[in-house]
Amino acid sequence: MSAVLQTAGGAGTVQSASAAGWLLEVEDLHVHFVTSRGVVRAVEGISYQVRAGEVVALVGESGCGKSVSSLAIMQLLAKPAGRIVGGRILFQGRDLLKLSADEMRTIRGRDIAMIFQEPMTSLNPVLTVGFQIMEPMIIHLAMSKTAARARALELLQLVGIPDPERRLDQYPHQFSGGMRQRAMIAIGLACDPKLLIADEPTTALDVTIQAQILQLMKDLSRKLGIALVIITHNLGVVARYADRVNVMYSARLAEQGTAEGIFEKPLHPYTAGLLRSVPRLDQPRGKRLETIDGMPPSLLDAPEGCRFAARCPARIDACVVAAPPLVEVTPQHWSACVRSVQMAKVGPAGLGLQSANPQPPEPKILAAGEPLLRVHDLRTYFEVAAGMKLLKSTHVEVRAVDGLSFNIRRGETVGLVGESGCGKTTVGRTLLRLENPTSGEIIFDGANVTRASGDQLKRYRRQVQVIFQDPYSSLNPRMTIGQIIAEPMLVYKLQPNRKAADRKVRALLTQVGLFDYMAERYPHELSGGQRQRVGIARALAMQPSVIICDEPVSALDVSIQAQIINLLEDLQREFGLTYLFIAHDLAVVRHISDRIIVMYLGKVMEIADRDALYSEPLHPYTKALLDAVPIPDPALEAARVTKVLSGEVPSPLNPPRGCVFHTRCPLAGPECKIAVPELREVRPGHYAACVKI
Amino acid sequence: MLRYIIQRMLLMIPTLLGVAVLCFFMLRLMPGDPVQMMMDGANVSKHVLDAERARLGLDQPIYIQFFKWLGAALTGDFGYSIWTGKPVLYEIGIRLELSLQVAVMATILAVTLALPLGTLSAIYKDTWIDHVIRVFSVAGLAVPSFWLGMIIILGLLTMFSWIPPLTFTPFMQDPKANLLQLIWPALAVGYRYSAVSTRMMRSSILEVLQEDYIRTARAKGVYERLVISRHALRNALLPVITVIGIEFAFLFGGLVVTEQVFNLNGIGKLFVMAVSRGDYTMIQALVLLVSVVFVLVNFVIDMLYAVFDPRIRYR
Repeated sequence: MSAVLQTAGGAGTVQSASAAGWLLEVEDLHVHFVTSRGVVRAVEGISYQVRAGEVVALVGESGCGKSVSSLAIMQLLAKPAGRIVGGRILFQGRDLLKLSADEMRTIRGRDIAMIFQEPMTSLNPVLTVGFQIMEPMIIHLAMSKTAARARALELLQLVGIPDPERRLDQYPHQFSGGMRQRAMIAIGLACDPKLLIADEPTTALDVTIQAQILQLMKDLSRKLGIALVIITHNLGVVARYADRVNVMYSARLAEQGTAEGIFEKPLHPYTAGLLRSVPRLDQPRGKRLETIDGMPPSLLDAPEGCRFAARCPARIDACVVAAPPLVEVTPQHWSACVRSVQMAKVGPAGLGLQSANPQPPEPKILAAGEPLLRVHDLRTYFEVAAGMKLLKSTHVEVRAVDGLSFNIRRGETVGLVGESGCGKTTVGRTLLRLENPTSGEIIFDGANVTRASGDQLKRYRRQVQVIFQDPYSSLNPRMTIGQIIAEPMLVYKLQPNRKAADRKVRALLTQVGLFDYMAERYPHELSGGQRQRVGIARALAMQPSVIICDEPVSALDVSIQAQIINLLEDLQREFGLTYLFIAHDLAVVRHISDRIIVMYLGKVMEIADRDALYSEPLHPYTKALLDAVPIPDPALEAARVTKVLSGEVPSPLNPPRGCVFHTRCPLAGPECKIAVPELREVRPGHYAACVKI
Repeated sequence: MLRYIIQRMLLMIPTLLGVAVLCFFMLRLMPGDPVQMMMDGANVSKHVLDAERARLGLDQPIYIQFFKWLGAALTGDFGYSIWTGKPVLYEIGIRLELSLQVAVMATILAVTLALPLGTLSAIYKDTWIDHVIRVFSVAGLAVPSFWLGMIIILGLLTMFSWIPPLTFTPFMQDPKANLLQLIWPALAVGYRYSAVSTRMMRSSILEVLQEDYIRTARAKGVYERLVISRHALRNALLPVITVIGIEFAFLFGGLVVTEQVFNLNGIGKLFVMAVSRGDYTMIQALVLLVSVVFVLVNFVIDMLYAVFDPRIRYR
């Protein structure tokens, strides 16, 4: 490795690094967005380098400027609001910021390609996938249509799309999410770029598909010698795939170094906090998730000094005076913290950044006796219009939930996991009676509520509340927080009048960790985490006994996610609540649940106690799921042999016969294609639906 | 795709049937007796009125009248105008060409103005180009067509001593005279039409330019003009097509005042006359005709949607 001088953060001592053979050098980049409320300093003096053929990660939470900085490289910032106001971006020694618009265009897609987060919306719906792959070759390489088509065919094969000849002439809506992301990668690779920037390439995808796509990108970058810049918030992804890591916080770089260095010995309190807030599959479940209190500052009016100071447990007076520059603390490891040298010596615990010995969880004692909620052979089928036959529409039956049985005891948390389309959300909606079950029984507290209506349904709905996934769209933007929380109480006459309801609202807000003055605010004035707290307060207002949490933290940043999970656990203890926790994140589910149900295509694959499920998973699908989750530790990841589950989740419109998992199952034999396996008790309390175990 | 076409075509039938029923029965709810109106002023006995009613078939129960009319209409016989006594189709036929031509010319004018202007306005959002185009289109919405028509006539009169001809010259007879006569009313109504479409085009393009796939196209290094013409335009066109189609159908039957101003004897004028005289057969036929145009235009819109959007084509 060549000796390289490092730019000292925002201070900007310009070095001559081009001699060192960097492919890309970002030097002291500043990006501003001019908005009606003022100038947002989205990126403030970040510098990083990328060598040919290596994988560099840009990590940080939403709004930290990681995407903006990469869009700045491509000069694709939203115009006219986004402006690059300072710095240099050297690509192969050429300053991209000095190029004319057309010179820059010849570099985009030719030398630097980019892949975006949303495969669903990133492809043009009215052009064939084939043409969209051919287009950059026709433009940049002056290829004929025939030659470009031949190359597009090769590319589709390269990215692992079966039946590529036919796929070329299809439109994006005929592709699944994972396939679209593969097509995006094919577009990116079309002109043999030297650098590929991937902005959250797998965030919108299921965990098994995510593993496939990341593996593909890493293999391709190795094979073709393409440098890869991955922008992500997922530390597991970073650990599995990156050579070097840049951690961003609030528009600045917090830490920079090799993946091993950063994960093993973080030298910035933010990185340390981030690493500890993530529930991990490879470590014993702690009592509580450690969190980073508070939230990132607004970039409209960011504080002086270190941006992280307000949330930092190791804060000293020097932190708020001036922004600490990024300095090389140990070889090849830079940190922008005034106490980083000390931290290198004594470790994060020495600075009071983590409790010395994490406590094991208290064993939960559940009341014996009748379960609070019993679900027996629940089936929810939907009629989906499959097309029109002249004037009569034909329907296909989608078995969203197909024979689900489980119990929840009072005070228990049952986790429900599975990939998209597995029916987990439908389970929640059916239990809430927002969907009517096709057959089966729901017994709540001894009463059959499967077909309840009128007063009985009303009573049931007060008892069973819900927290939704998206804190942005599940609160009415025209109502104040106070009105939102008070509404159900007034409808159900839980409070005699508006005044009493208002008092209760204020009490609830404090209970969920908000301030009572927020009752006057509107949802858009709150952050994502705060809005999710409002959602929790609204559910609590009804004094329910069961809360169905439908992906309550998946839209939130890691540090905020931990806060919400801890809050949910605290509330459970305080009010003796019972949770059905629906999620796709296996680590989060493990942290919070007592028992876990794994679903795939409407069917239950496995039900077991938490520890049994994670230590000894029985069903091949559960094993594959656990395998696909990247662990935020590069050393462990390097040692782990990951078996990436091949293929895609089949369409629920046309599920496979026999065991629904057999098309992707490594153990599948001929018998799996015939009979649907029964869910049977393999060990005491551990059920699995597979004939091979 | 074929199924989609057939489906859309079959859906036209119940729509038109519904219009026929509604129009027929609502007409009969209207105050005023057409026979009485026809004899207005003349001192005729009840006997004569009854005989006239019997001749027109108005003495029969309404549902029988309806089925008779519908049956005849299905064979293409819309009967005779109660007022003029001439076949309804003849009365419509002599005015159809004119109305259709004005509508088509106005549409051509509107589309050729709206697509480029709306696109330019969106691309150069908030620059002087955008401002000029927006002033042009807001003015188009604010100015009533008949007023613009009068201004045009006044202008032509003072500058070229041109007055609207008293009779209509069909295109086939003398294209030049025909175009000279109809260009002005087409301009008067086409201005508003183009203004509506320009605004729609602008907002539609602006919306599409925010889409992720436009960013993808730029990231691929596609020329900016191709980003617009290849990636944005086709996606943006769909809502604009809808507006253009509906405006066209409206122009066909709704140019009452403009026809008056330019002294044109078109469908709009016929409509007003028929209504004011309680000419049942004429109104029924005209309403049906306008509905057919609406339904056909909608059919064409649906087909264009399928052409532009593969998500509809491959369902």
